[in-house]
Parts: sequence; C-alpha cells; structure tokens
Amino acid sequence: MADPVILEMRGITKEFPGVRALEDVSLEVRKGRIHAICGENGAGKSTLMKVLSGVYPHGTFDGEIVYQGEPVAFGRINDSERAGIVIIHQELALVPELSIAENIFLGNEPRKGVAIDWDAVHVRATELLARVGLDEDPETPIKHIGVGKQQLVEIAKALEKDVRLLILDEPTAALNEADSQHLLDLIVGLKGKGVTSIMISHKLGEIEQVADAITIIRDGRVVETLDIEHGAVDEDRIIRGMVGRTLGHRFPERSGAAGDVFFEVRDWTVQHPLSAERLVAKGSSFTVRRGEIVGFAGLMGAGRTELAMSLFGRQYGTWLGGTIVKDGQEIRVRSVPEAIEHGIAYVSEDRKALGLNLLDTIKRSVVSAKLGKVSTAGVVDPIRELHAAEEYLKALRIKAPDVEQGVDTLSGGNQQKVVLSKWMFTDPDLLILDEPTRGIDVGAKSEIYQIIRQLADQGKGVILISSELPELLGLADRIYTIFEGRITGELPAAEADQEMLMRRMAPTKGD
Amino acid sequence: MLFGKKGSLKEFGILGALIVIVLAFQLATNGTTLSSGNVINLVQSQSYILILAIGMVMVIIAGHIDLSVGSVAAFVSVVVAISMTDWGIPWWSSILLGLGLGIAIGAWQGFWVAFVGVPAFIVTLAGMLMFRGLNQLVGQSRGIGVDSEFVALLAGYLPEIGPDTGYNNPTLLLGLIAIVAVVVLELRRRARRQSVGAEVAPMWVLVTRLVLVAGVIVAATLLFASGRPGTSFPHSGILLAIFVLAYGFLTQRTTLGRHIYAVGGNRRAAELSGVRTRWVDFFVMANMSVLAAVAGMLWIARSQAAGPADGTGWELDAIAAVFIGGAAVAGGIGTVAGSIIGGLVMAVLSNGLFAIGTGSDWIQVIKGLVLLIAVAIDVLNKRQGRFSIIGLLQRGMRGSRAADPA
Repeated sequence: MADPVILEMRGITKEFPGVRALEDVSLEVRKGRIHAICGENGAGKSTLMKVLSGVYPHGTFDGEIVYQGEPVAFGRINDSERAGIVIIHQELALVPELSIAENIFLGNEPRKGVAIDWDAVHVRATELLARVGLDEDPETPIKHIGVGKQQLVEIAKALEKDVRLLILDEPTAALNEADSQHLLDLIVGLKGKGVTSIMISHKLGEIEQVADAITIIRDGRVVETLDIEHGAVDEDRIIRGMVGRTLGHRFPERSGAAGDVFFEVRDWTVQHPLSAERLVAKGSSFTVRRGEIVGFAGLMGAGRTELAMSLFGRQYGTWLGGTIVKDGQEIRVRSVPEAIEHGIAYVSEDRKALGLNLLDTIKRSVVSAKLGKVSTAGVVDPIRELHAAEEYLKALRIKAPDVEQGVDTLSGGNQQKVVLSKWMFTDPDLLILDEPTRGIDVGAKSEIYQIIRQLADQGKGVILISSELPELLGLADRIYTIFEGRITGELPAAEADQEMLMRRMAPTKGD
Repeated sequence: MLFGKKGSLKEFGILGALIVIVLAFQLATNGTTLSSGNVINLVQSQSYILILAIGMVMVIIAGHIDLSVGSVAAFVSVVVAISMTDWGIPWWSSILLGLGLGIAIGAWQGFWVAFVGVPAFIVTLAGMLMFRGLNQLVGQSRGIGVDSEFVALLAGYLPEIGPDTGYNNPTLLLGLIAIVAVVVLELRRRARRQSVGAEVAPMWVLVTRLVLVAGVIVAATLLFASGRPGTSFPHSGILLAIFVLAYGFLTQRTTLGRHIYAVGGNRRAAELSGVRTRWVDFFVMANMSVLAAVAGMLWIARSQAAGPADGTGWELDAIAAVFIGGAAVAGGIGTVAGSIIGGLVMAVLSNGLFAIGTGSDWIQVIKGLVLLIAVAIDVLNKRQGRFSIIGLLQRGMRGSRAADPA
C-alpha cells in the first residue's frame, strides 16, 4: 500500500490496420511488486508490453505512460532501456556462438580507449552470474548451456543495464519444473532488492505462487486487476476472467478402458550424436496399450525428446541397440517414412522449427506427412486435398477463415491443431506428443486435451511428453519417469502425485 | 492456365511490370518491339536462358544455388559438337550423348550436395571452374561446327506447309490447339469441382477469363505466324513451352513438387514429415545440369558452332530471372511461371534498350538496378508491421503466396 506507483499506463489504445489490439487499457504497477499479466494468446499482452518498451514508438498508439512519476515518450527500445525498463522476450536474444560474458555486455561493452576492457567484462560478468545464481564460467559459449541457464543470462544482462522494471514474457515456457522454480525464486529475490517485475505467463500455478497483483486482459481490454493482498485468488477465478467463461473440466474424463499392449520398446539404447561416451537412452523398455495415454516425465535434458525422436525413424543420435515390437511383431523403423508406414506419428515440441513449414497454407500442411493419401501416381488431387483439409479444420475447430490461410498467421494453439491434424491424417496407431501444449493459452489447451483423449478413445496409443506435471497427472493413464536417459519409475497416474514424480525424475541431489 | 484459380499477386505484379515495359518500348521504338520479327527473334534468342531459369527456380526453391550451369552447358555442347564433327556420329545420337552427359554431370553435383553435404554454392563453384576447364581442354579452345540437321531441329522454325493463308499454317494450328486445350481444361476443372460440391467462380467470370486468354493466344499466334516466310514460331519456343508446362505441373501438382517446396521451406520439418530430403536435393541439382545440357545444345545450334566462351555468365542471367520472378533467397518460395516472366522482363529490357540505341554498358547498369529494385520491393512488402498497399492487398487475397498453384 505504501509502495509508490512506478508505472502507470492510462487509456492505451493501439490499432493495427483492421484490428484494434488494445482498447483503453490502464495498468498501474507498484514499485517492488511482481505484477502478473494474464490473458489468452492474442488477448493483447505482448502488444501492451511492446507499447511500454518502445517497440511501438510513442505516437503510434493513444494514451499515456507515466513512469516514476513522469510522462514518458519512448521512441525506440533503447530509450526505455536507458530508463531502466528491460524486456526479456520469449525467444531469447542471445548469440549462441558468443560466451556468457560477451552476451551480457553485447552492445554495452566496457571500454578502455577504443578497445574492449576484457578484464572488466570478466570481473563484472562473474559478479552478475553470482547475483542470478548461475554457477558457470563466464567464458562458456551460450550454446553449451541449457535454456534454463540462458534465461538466467538474460536476467544478468538486464541487471547489468541497471534494470528497475523487468518485463518477462513467458519466462518459464521452455523450462522444466526445477529451472522454473529457480527462476521464480530469483524474481522474488530481485523484488527484495527493489526490482519491479511484470510477468506474462500462461502458467497459473506460478502466478499464484509469486504474483502480488494480477491484471487479466481479454480481447484487448482489461477485465480486472486482482490484488493478492486483498485475499487469495484461485486458478478458476483467473481462468474465468481470461476466457470469459468457466471451463468445466480442465482435463477430460478417463475412459479407463485401455486395451492390450500393442506397442513395446525393449532395451532401447541411443548414443548422443556428438559425444560417443554419452548415452541419451540407456536400455529403456516400456509398453503402450491401445486406448492408453502414457506420460513421460523428466527434467529438461533427461532424454525424453531424444528417446522419442530416436524411436521415430532414428531421428536423434546413433542407435546402439533395442527393438520395437508392434502388434507382436518386431518392426524396423530406420527412417521417418518407415515410421509413418508403421503408424507412428511424432508431434515435435518445437512447432515452428520442426513441426511446420511456415510458408505453407493450412491445406498443404495438413496433407504434408502423407501426400500419397490424396495423390494418384505421384500427382496430388486438389479436390481430395481440399476435402481432407476442410474435414480437419472443422473437426479440430481450427480458427481460420478457410484452409488457404497461411499457417504463419495462426495463433500457437491453432498452429498446434494444424500439426495434430497433419499427424492424425497419417492414420497413426501410436502418437508421440512432445510438449503438445507448450506456449498455448488455457482455452486452446483444454481443447487439445479433449483431442488427445478422443484419439485414445479411438483405440490409438498416445505417448505424452510434458514438463507440466499437473498436465501429466490430469491427462495420462500411466506415467514413466526418466532421469539421465534411464527409465526410473512407472506409476499409474491415478495413484501418483507431483512429489512422487519429482523424486523419480531427480533421484539424486543436485542439478 | 498459367495462373490457376488463385493467381499470385506477386506474379501479377511482375507480369504487370512486364506488360508496362513491353508497352513502353513499343511506343519508344515506334512499334518494332512487338513486330513479328522481333518477337520471333526474342523467343529464339532467349529460350535457353528461360529453360535454365526453370531448373534454377527449382534449385532455389529447395534452398540451393547453381553457379555451374554456364560451364556445364559449354562442356556438354563442345562434346556434342565434337561428336558430330570429329567422331562423325549421327546428329541424333549426339543429342542423346549430350543429354546423357548432362545426367552424369548432374548426378556428380547432386551427389556432393545431397549425400556428402557440401553446400551447393561450393559444389557448383567448383563445377563452374572444372567444366569451363574441361570445355577448353576437350575443345582446345577452338570453334567447332555442328551438323545442319542438328541446326535445323534445334534452331529451326515451324515449316511452311498447307494452303497459302498469308500466315504460317503450323503456327496457326498450334495456336488453335492451345485455345482448345485451355478451354477444355478449364471447363473440366469446373465440372469436377462442381461435382464434388466445391466452390466455383460464376460462369461469367470463367467465360470472361477464357475470352481474354483466347484473345492473347490469338494475338500471339498471328504475331508469330506473320513472320517473314521461313521464320515463324521457333522450335526452341515449342521446347520451352513443353518445359514450362511439364515443370509447372511437376512443381505444383506432384508430390515431388510439394517435397521441393517443403525442403526449401523448412528442411528439418520436411524430414520429420517423411520427405526424403537428400533425394530431393539430388533431383533438383541433377535436373539443373540436364537442363543446362539442353540449353547448351540450343545455343550451339543457333550459333552453329561450339566455342570456349559459350555459356559465360548464363548462371547469373538465370538466377536474376528467378529472383525477379519472386523467389526467396532463403528458399521455399518461387514458381516456374514467375521465373519465366522474370526472364522475359530482363530479355525485353535488353532487347528494347538495344533497339533505342542504348550501349551495352548502360544496359548492364539498368538490368542490375532492375534486379535490385524488384527484390527490394519484395523485401519491403514482406516486412511486418509496416503498412504497404501491396502488402495489404496480399493479406486481403488469402493464399496469394507464390507457393500456390501457378
């Protein structure tokens, strides 16, 4: 209460040709708080932050921004940074080839005359890394540290700029539970040192945990601002605000009637593509039943994606041993076409880099993994193609005017539906879904859960890889845990809880 | 139809530019630009570059580049010439030999690109040097003549046969066939779409379009058919037309064509969708060399001799045509039709500037600027968050991406 207001945005309205992205949005952030902004994808959260940081310069929007008691007019992002406002985007802005220290000081290098003062760089980088709790040599190239640590480097970079207002756009989207927790602790720690944070997040659990105030945005308008001090806020309340309705069950009911084991992996062993002594899968064995959703839990780097991709036509690492048995027959899956032929589908965790050709239309994407189905003698039949695509557009309720829409224009949730369509179109028996709801808003998430359950109910086997434990517990029938390439546990989801999973995901102390 | 049901605006843009340039020169040259003699000459003299552009756009869509086409054309053609003149083998078997050599060279370059993983830029830069050297080695840097039958086939014109109509009869027939084919195909497509309940344009739209297209074909036919006796529609033009139709079909309608776009658009995603990306790379590189062999043979037929400087700079003309035609440097975008139009823009520009007395020095400067500006407009249009009329129109016309059926 006593805290002064550090930032006030008043009546912000921002229009793009044809759309009003923000309408009369007002926001008040108090100093030394963590202020969460929630809303579905496309609600206008990122646009608001771009207005604040000067990505959209003063004059391209209506309304005013008062920062530290004075009206400000940022013409570009450098202006806001000079004022101590630093935005950390979802896609990290680090140069993979450069070292941690070089990245922290990129564009802001301490100098001695005309030359860079490397000693100062090193000393100050070491200090900053200690402040964010990152135990790495500042000379380590960025590409050699994980995403979680890269996120910390971004924060160190912000601290170097003497940040007073830190804006984090989906900071934990790509992080596993342990790394997320570390990051959240860090943000809370910074709060104690007077750094105010604005955090955009889809993960309601995290918001509940750290936020002091929550502003909910829907369709470019502020729905409400909740002050946590005035009483606890529960997830349902936030969701209701975001989607404007109550979502019934977040997770679809389990049908409970899984069939026989039809897919079995035995002693699967895979070598890391670059280092021969590292194994990313060590004699892994598991089974999948018809109609069953099998969860895979593990920390980032545990080898879940690596296992999945090596099963999918050996698309990761070097296969050393192990067999795949499907319907009682040992099958050979040495390439993606063979995998597709055997009814295996893999939906990648990285939609944009691995899942879609962003230059394609919805129509071309949907049929792209099994063109033969709409072709005769190598010639694509446009009519059959159109029908197939329209069928999925309707069935999965993809929000687009028609199938000629480019997939690059769709929201994350709709893109994911296109990827799911693409793999459903291949008539798979087994779908491997790698982080299928990453970066997707709550409404679309729940729809994707429904789709996944429907697929299982049709008798398909589903492997669900997820870093969100509540998602695994809510959706899967059975959960395997992985640690350092080894399967460390198998639990029926109904009997498991987060703690039990965590213990098996990280059996030893440490990283 | 060249532009299908949803024409790409980008191609319409460049087509518009072509029409403007043609009309401007038509005025500036008092009608010589669109005289039958000039148009026939233009097709005869440019078809080899346009054929190269067809192969090149596929290479570029897949995300590669080919710098070796001029040297490959030169090497193949010198061997073809020697086989006729020095070895005395029949001209038709020389053509087969040339094609075979094109396939072999293509397989060689495709192997390094696709299976060893050497970037195409390097492989074809090496090829550019090697095959130029081999051309001079084999031909000993002299001019080598070719058979007259070879010239008659590849650099000839449709014959003067039938009653005296004042026009070249086979050219008229060709025009008629083209009109009938367009009408039949369009009607069939419409019927097919209707039968499955898909949306169709109103009949009057179709009729208007068919009348327009038929009008253009009639005008072109009469232009070509009214040439000086002995010159009419050139054989190389027929070959070009066949290639445009065949490769247009291949890129837009076949699974192989889809795979080329998929590889260029997102290689890893294509691989994970079951596309055999290496074979796609191999195909586009090998195909390019085969087309280079064809272009080389057309060239020596027209100049009636093979020489050490043949094909110099061809790769650059072909690449320029492709990019003016709307292809993206990063791959995944481009069309055969667009590249042909891009090639024609360059050809008409040279031809017209030359006709109004511009020196070759200035012609090069102007062509360079045109390439730069054409691609710059494209880049500016794509830049996001920035208002542009063309960008707005493009967004309005959904599906108007270059990757759409041409």
